[in-house]
Amino acid sequence: MTAFIRNLLRLRRGPWEMVASVLIALGVVMLMQPFVKILFTWSFLVTLTGTVMFLIVSHFRE
Amino acid sequence: MAQSPITRAAQATPEPLARRIRGLSDRAIAWIFIAPSIFLLLAVNIFPLIWTIRLSFTDYRVNRPNRDIEWVGLQNYRRILTDSDIWQTMQATAHFLIWTIVLQVLIGFALAWLINSKFRSSNFWTTIIVLPMMLSPAVVGNFWTFLYQPQIGLFNHAIAFVTGADPASFSMIGDVALAPWAIVIADTWMWTPFVMLICLAGLRSIPESIYEAAECDRASKWRQFWTLTVPMVLPFLMLAVLFRGIENFKMFDLVVQLTGGGPGNTTELTSINLKREAFEKWRTGYASAYAVILFVTVFGLASIYVKALNRVKDR
Repeated sequence: MTAFIRNLLRLRRGPWEMVASVLIALGVVMLMQPFVKILFTWSFLVTLTGTVMFLIVSHFRE
Repeated sequence: MAQSPITRAAQATPEPLARRIRGLSDRAIAWIFIAPSIFLLLAVNIFPLIWTIRLSFTDYRVNRPNRDIEWVGLQNYRRILTDSDIWQTMQATAHFLIWTIVLQVLIGFALAWLINSKFRSSNFWTTIIVLPMMLSPAVVGNFWTFLYQPQIGLFNHAIAFVTGADPASFSMIGDVALAPWAIVIADTWMWTPFVMLICLAGLRSIPESIYEAAECDRASKWRQFWTLTVPMVLPFLMLAVLFRGIENFKMFDLVVQLTGGGPGNTTELTSINLKREAFEKWRTGYASAYAVILFVTVFGLASIYVKALNRVKDR
């Protein structure tokens, strides 16, 4: 966990890609879940943030 | 001696032009060759994408080209993401996507496993299994509409034979609870062969010597399956899931032919809903925002999926 946070602060690709992937997956689940409408409303923002973040952080150093 | 066409073309090139070509670097020549493809890609893919994003912030209607286009900011996005009908459409798409992928992967892998055991006439059966994939989705939709007929449909009679129920007592495409399963079954029937072919390629790429070594180590068949077969077929399987996932997210023709999105809007998938907004209600700006939301979703999913695929391949 500490190594994960340290690598996040050092702007390393691995942990940042992980954060972006989690955001994308969360956004898609929010978009398609049948339970809470407010989650559906905010889903696109979460997915968009994750996708843009993924595009940026995939250019970080390993 | 007859000269080759290349030599003749070189001799026919005017001297000033020939000198200029000779002076080009390898990089410049490479650019000359790929420039038409890049231009085509920009014109066919990138330009429409940018144009769609621009339209998504307007109230443009393509059936009223002379009307002034008003900039509405994020209003289209706000309306889509608070619309209960679109939320229902997303759930219908999720149901279709999850079940088709699960069934196609399980059945496709099982069929590939059987075909790979090379029994007598396995090539003949491969051809028979692959046939549905070669049909047009419109034909498959029509064909399954007949199969699902309550009075004369083979599907209903088969279910009646197994369960003892009256075949006319249920309608696969007319019942709210059964219609989502009707489209899942038809798509699974059509596209399982595709997953099977990809799995078969994966299974046939595993060298026989690995299994022989495992036999020497007294590994059981079960152990061989989980520690050799599955990890080595996994990249192929993931590729099949990626292809089917993207395709089914955009599924349109088969479902339109089979249920038309009904009954009600229970089988109205996102692409059918999008088409209605764009070409029946003519709300082009609104439909563009809808398309952008779907694009970002598929693009994001494909990005993490390709990353996972690369990780599995590197293993």
